[in-house]
Amino acid sequence: MGQRVSLFIPCLVDQVYPEMGLATVRLLERLGHEVDYDPRQTCCGQPAFNAGHHEEARAVAGVFLEVFGGSETIVCPSGSCVAMVRNFFPSLFEGLGEHRAAVAVGGRVRELCEFLVAAGGADRLEGRLDGRFGFHNSCHASRELRLHDEPLALLSRVAGCEVVLPEGEPVCCGFGGLFSVKFEAIAAAMARSRVEVFRELGVDALISNDPGCIMHMRQECAEREIDLRVLHVAEFLDEATAGRDASE
Amino acid sequence: MSEHAAFLARSRVQAQDETHRLKILRATSTHAHVVGDMQRRQFADWESAREAAARLKDDALARLPDLLERFESRISARGAKVLWAADTAEARRHVLDIVRRHRARRVVKTKSMTTEEIDLNELLESEGVDVRESDLGELIVQLAGERPYHIVTPAMHKSKDEIAALFHEKLGARRDAEAEELTMVARQHLRDAYITADIGVTGANFLIADEGAIVMTENEGNGRLTMACPPVHVVIAGIEKVIPRLEDLALFLPLLATSGTGQQLTCYNTIVRGPRRAGEPDGPAEMHVILLDNGRSEIWASEVFRRSLRCIRCGACLNACPVYRTVGGHAYNTTYPGPIGSVITPHLRGTAQWGHLSFASSLCGACADVCPVNIDLHHLLLANRREWVSGSSAGRLWGTAMRLWARAMSSRTRLDRVRRFVRVAERLFPLAVPKSKRTRMPRLARRSFADLWRQSHGDHSR
Repeated sequence: MGQRVSLFIPCLVDQVYPEMGLATVRLLERLGHEVDYDPRQTCCGQPAFNAGHHEEARAVAGVFLEVFGGSETIVCPSGSCVAMVRNFFPSLFEGLGEHRAAVAVGGRVRELCEFLVAAGGADRLEGRLDGRFGFHNSCHASRELRLHDEPLALLSRVAGCEVVLPEGEPVCCGFGGLFSVKFEAIAAAMARSRVEVFRELGVDALISNDPGCIMHMRQECAEREIDLRVLHVAEFLDEATAGRDASE
Repeated sequence: MSEHAAFLARSRVQAQDETHRLKILRATSTHAHVVGDMQRRQFADWESAREAAARLKDDALARLPDLLERFESRISARGAKVLWAADTAEARRHVLDIVRRHRARRVVKTKSMTTEEIDLNELLESEGVDVRESDLGELIVQLAGERPYHIVTPAMHKSKDEIAALFHEKLGARRDAEAEELTMVARQHLRDAYITADIGVTGANFLIADEGAIVMTENEGNGRLTMACPPVHVVIAGIEKVIPRLEDLALFLPLLATSGTGQQLTCYNTIVRGPRRAGEPDGPAEMHVILLDNGRSEIWASEVFRRSLRCIRCGACLNACPVYRTVGGHAYNTTYPGPIGSVITPHLRGTAQWGHLSFASSLCGACADVCPVNIDLHHLLLANRREWVSGSSAGRLWGTAMRLWARAMSSRTRLDRVRRFVRVAERLFPLAVPKSKRTRMPRLARRSFADLWRQSHGDHSR
């Protein structure tokens, strides 16, 4: 049932939140997949691309093409990085020799939840974690990749977990990479609104599918001394399924 | 202060203003609700409707010069005068010519963003002309000495109590008057304006090429009175407003009403095909249509940005935008605030001064989701950023930072080396960073994922 997957670890996870990466590996392996990781990988190039620096973005994206050129299925625990590869690589390499490779690699990259639901054994997922959890879908996952139901389908496999969503979803947390550096006050106010909405719903913890959103909301909680755990969906599922082997 | 610095300063203030935030949040959330309801009730398939609208606009834009000339010849044949304005200065000259020729002392006008674009009110006031805004929201901001906060709901930021206080001071309303009473006070104040005005100025929501007609949609009836009562009617319309056929309104009117205000149709929809003709009992004796370019041709000439001219100015992207919801309409200091404003303003007014707006977005795409003519606004912001970087106004500091970043990120060995350096720096200079920044800035993990993987799996990298 398991597949051989090449893991793409976002730079933020690699450098700041390696535990999200480890949780992703455990989760995939628990579902019977064979995880392959090439440490030569660095980043998809999105920070430069979003800043309008295409040349620099291509230099970094080129490393991605090189590392993942031969991979069958690439899995990544961030919708944002997947959107970069799948939706924006083609335009980044438009008219260049790498264009064909860029388009091809875009067709083989899957966001973690997307992969688990489509082919990765979500139906074999069994676990339990009691509580009332808020779910924050990242803008890139929802609007660029059109992934709405996938993370929720995974969470519904976990017993004891009640998932609550605010009205009018999806709403941005205010991260936006460079945006949160250049326009810190606006970005912080957006995070504040976002965290507030979930706290009003009385959640025990917040789950999200993107390390960027998670970092931004964690920082908001830290700055305002709000006691709210913000978890990556991989961490949540890893915790919920710990000790269960669903590979058979 | 540069526009960028001023925007930052205003946005810092607004981001902290809870009263403002809650007021705007309530208004925009209500908007989202009624718009969503009307989309479902009025359109069997909203996606197809907006795709069709986008195609119609693209088709019209592809034939823009022809359609505008057709519009000109048809409406001219019925006695209207068409005046072309390449920029603000030319549009203002046209208006002044008309005002002076008629020795006009009083002008009544409707809500129109093109008139904001050319600062019409200031121009007329400097000529000693009494200008009266006839749209209730515009009247409120005019009395308050402000600019419109929003392109559809200009006084969205004012509570009923604030409006009552304003009307009490300026129009003699009771201090605790309720909404209905306030509306009646405004109505009283305006009736006289329609009758005594020498010129009525309106915008146009659409120009119909085949008919040679202008179309106005509104909810208060003030547009119809402004157009019909004074002896001279002046229309100021952006050149991108032209659509080919009358039948196209069957899609565009409900689309605009739905996205703009959550209505099935606006209350008053007026099609004007020229001035009063012989034998007709009423209507203006003269009609002038000023077609305003003001940077639109340049946008039109760009393959990438042309689609931003599909915009029908419904304001839905403003309401959906979390940045607009946080900083409000005045922080931008532009005629067009919010996502569409951030896309087109750098083109209309110059990247050097306005380029920062392209960066003032988390690129969440909420704007594109609600756009009734399917403009991928957040992607156009990305395109703006790219232009800004390749232009001369780009900051050197960012350019250098990006090059260094790209160099570090192009090889694992270099990345490891930079990481070791940053880790040491973090330990050596923790107090160099202010406390508030320290909670905002992520600290590097003790070990990178790559490092942890190599430790447990060995280094397989070739």
